[in-house]
Amino acid sequence: MICAGIDIGSRSIELVLVENEKVIETRQTDTGFDPISQARKVMKGIKFDQIMATGYGRNLFEVAYDDASTVTEIKAHAAGVRCEFPEALAILDIGGQDSKSIRLNDQGRVVKFEMNDRCAAGTGKFLEIMAHNLGFSLDEFGPAALAAQKDLQINSMCTVFAESEVTSLIAKGQDRQEIARGLHSSVVKRAVGMLNRVGAQGPIVFSGGVAQNPCMVQMMADALGKEILVPDHPQMMGALGAAMIMAAKQ
Amino acid sequence: MREDYTPMWESLGMDLSAHDALLGVLEQGYRDIYLAQKNRPEGMGYFDFVMSEVHGLRIKELLDEKKQNRKIIGSYCVFVPEEIVLAGGATLIGLCSGADFAVEEVEKHLPRNTCSLIKSSFGFKLGKVCPYLECADMIVGENTCDGKKKAYEIFAGMVDNLYVMDLPQVKSTQGRALLKEEFERFKTAVEELTGNKITVEALKEGIKVVNAKRAALHRLAILRKADPAPISGLDALLANQVFFYDNPARFTESVNKICDELEVRIKENQGAFPSKTPRILISGCPMAVPNWKLPWIIETSGAVIVGEEACVGERGTRNLTDDSGQSLDELMEAFTDRYFKVDCAIFTPNQERSDHIVDMAQAYGANGVIHYGLQFCQPYIMESIPVENTLENLGIPCMRIETDYGMEDVGQLKTRVEAFIEQISD
Repeated sequence: MICAGIDIGSRSIELVLVENEKVIETRQTDTGFDPISQARKVMKGIKFDQIMATGYGRNLFEVAYDDASTVTEIKAHAAGVRCEFPEALAILDIGGQDSKSIRLNDQGRVVKFEMNDRCAAGTGKFLEIMAHNLGFSLDEFGPAALAAQKDLQINSMCTVFAESEVTSLIAKGQDRQEIARGLHSSVVKRAVGMLNRVGAQGPIVFSGGVAQNPCMVQMMADALGKEILVPDHPQMMGALGAAMIMAAKQ
Repeated sequence: MREDYTPMWESLGMDLSAHDALLGVLEQGYRDIYLAQKNRPEGMGYFDFVMSEVHGLRIKELLDEKKQNRKIIGSYCVFVPEEIVLAGGATLIGLCSGADFAVEEVEKHLPRNTCSLIKSSFGFKLGKVCPYLECADMIVGENTCDGKKKAYEIFAGMVDNLYVMDLPQVKSTQGRALLKEEFERFKTAVEELTGNKITVEALKEGIKVVNAKRAALHRLAILRKADPAPISGLDALLANQVFFYDNPARFTESVNKICDELEVRIKENQGAFPSKTPRILISGCPMAVPNWKLPWIIETSGAVIVGEEACVGERGTRNLTDDSGQSLDELMEAFTDRYFKVDCAIFTPNQERSDHIVDMAQAYGANGVIHYGLQFCQPYIMESIPVENTLENLGIPCMRIETDYGMEDVGQLKTRVEAFIEQISD
C-alpha cells in the first residue's frame, strides 16, 4: 500500500509517498497562480493507492480529486514532525504565508495551537521581500544576517511598514547585514511569543521553509536558550504528516 | 407572489436601491447558510418565513400597530426590559446590527478601530436601510461598553428620539440601586411616550409574556443536550435572534412547536448531525442577524454547536422573573433582580460569567469552547484569556477567535476551526 501526502501551501507544493512507514519519494514545486495544475504536474508519473491533502489548497484539491481526503496543516505537521522526532513536544512552523505554533502531548496529539491571522507578517514572504529590498538572494539572506556584528532594531512586523523602515535605514547609510539581522530578530520575537502562547515546553522542532534559514535557527535557539531540532527537509513535514495519517487510517 | 412593500419602505424614508442591495445579500446568505443545511426540523419553516419577510410583513404589522396608536421602541441591548415596554402598551424591537453597511459613511463619524456591531448600528441608520429603526418611536441606547457609550453621544445627533439608559458596572448594593432607579426612569419614559399609566396588572401580564418566551428558549436549550443534537446551532441561533423582533406570543408558540418536534426526534434518535459529532459551545460577543459567519464555518467543518453563551443566547435569556409580587414596587424589585444577574463583560469583577461558561460546557456535553470576540470589543477580548485559562485548567479545550463581519478571513478561520475540531475529536 502506497500512501501519498500532498501539502498545497501558498508558496510551494510538496508531495511525499510512503510505503510500509518509509518515505519512498519526495517532490516539490512552486504553487504559482494555478495550484491544481501545479499539483497535477508534481503528481505526474507517480502511483499511489490513497492520497491525503493538506495546506491552504486542500479543499480545492478535494474538489478536483474525488477520492482525496483532507487534514489541516496543524495536524499534518504534528504527525510529520513526530515521525522524524518522536520526542517532540512543540512545533514552530513558518511557511510562505503563515506561521503556527503547536503544543503536543506525549502521544503526539495536538493540545493547543496558534496561527497568525489575516496577514503574512513574520512569515517566509516577509523575509523574502526584505531580502529582495536589501539586494540579497533568499539563500544569501540568512548567512549574511548571521555574520552581522549586531542587529538594528526593526519595529514593524507589517511587511509594508517594515519596508519603509528598511528604506529609511538604508538612507541613513546603515549596514545592510545589520539591517538583515534586525529583520530576522523581529521575526524571532514574534515566533517566541507564539510558542509562549501555547505553553511550549520540552523538545521544539522548527519546520517549514523558513527553518532552512540558518540565522533563524540560531536566533531561535539563542532566544529560547536551548537546541532547536530541524528536520532535514523542514518544508516536507506537512506532506509527510498527511501521508502518515493516511497510512495510519488503512 | 410576494407583496410589494416598496411604497411602505418609501414612506419610511428609506434608500430603496441600497435596501434592495442589502436584501439581496441577506437572501443569498440565508440560502447558502440556512437552506443548504440538512435534516432541519420542519418547524424551522416558520423561521424561514420570518426571515423572508424580515423587512416586509413584520414591518407592516408594526406599522398597523402604530395606526392603532401603539408605540414601537427599538433597543440594542438585553438590559432594556421588554416587560415595561409591554406593560406600557408598546412593542419592543431589537435592532440587529449584524452586517457591515455604508462603512465609508460610518467612518466619517466613528474611528476605524470600533467594533463591527457599533459600526453596523450606524451603518443601518446612515445607509437608511433599516425599517425597524425608521419606524421606532423611541430608540433606547445604554451605557454598556465605552464604545457604545461614546457612540450614542454621536448617534444622538442622527436621530431625534434617542433615550440612553445608564447601567451599573459593579454587582454591588449601589449597582443594584442604580439599575432599579434606571428601570423606574425608563418606566416613566415609556408612560410618557405611550400616555398609558403602567399598572400592576399590566406589568404582571408583561412579565408573563416575556417569561413565556424565555421559557420556550430554555426548553429548546435543554433539548440540545441530546446526542445526536436534534437541531443545528445555526437554527437554534436563528430562534435566539428572532426572539428580539417577532411578536412575542407567536414566537413562543413557534419555538414550543419546534420543541415538540425535537422531543420526538430525540426519542427516535434522530439528529441534525450524526451521533458523536464533536460538540462546541460558543461563548462571547452577541451575534445579531445576519452575523452567521462563525457558526456557519463551525457547522460546515464537522462539528455541531450545542449552546451560545452570549446575549443573543443563554446570557440574555437564562433567568425568569418572579411574577408573584402584588405591587408595582415588588414587581420592579423582582425584575431588577432578574436583570442584575446578566453577566455582561462590562461588569467587574465578572466571575459569574466564567462560572456560567464552565457550567454550560459541562451541561451541554461540549467537547470544546470557541470564544468569539469581535475585533476591538475590549470587554470580551479582555475576559477571553482568563476564560481560556479556566477552561483549560479543567481539561476543556478552548480556542479564542477574534474577527469582524468581513469575509476576507474565512479561509484562515476555517483552517483554525477545522484544526480545533481535529484536536477535540481525536
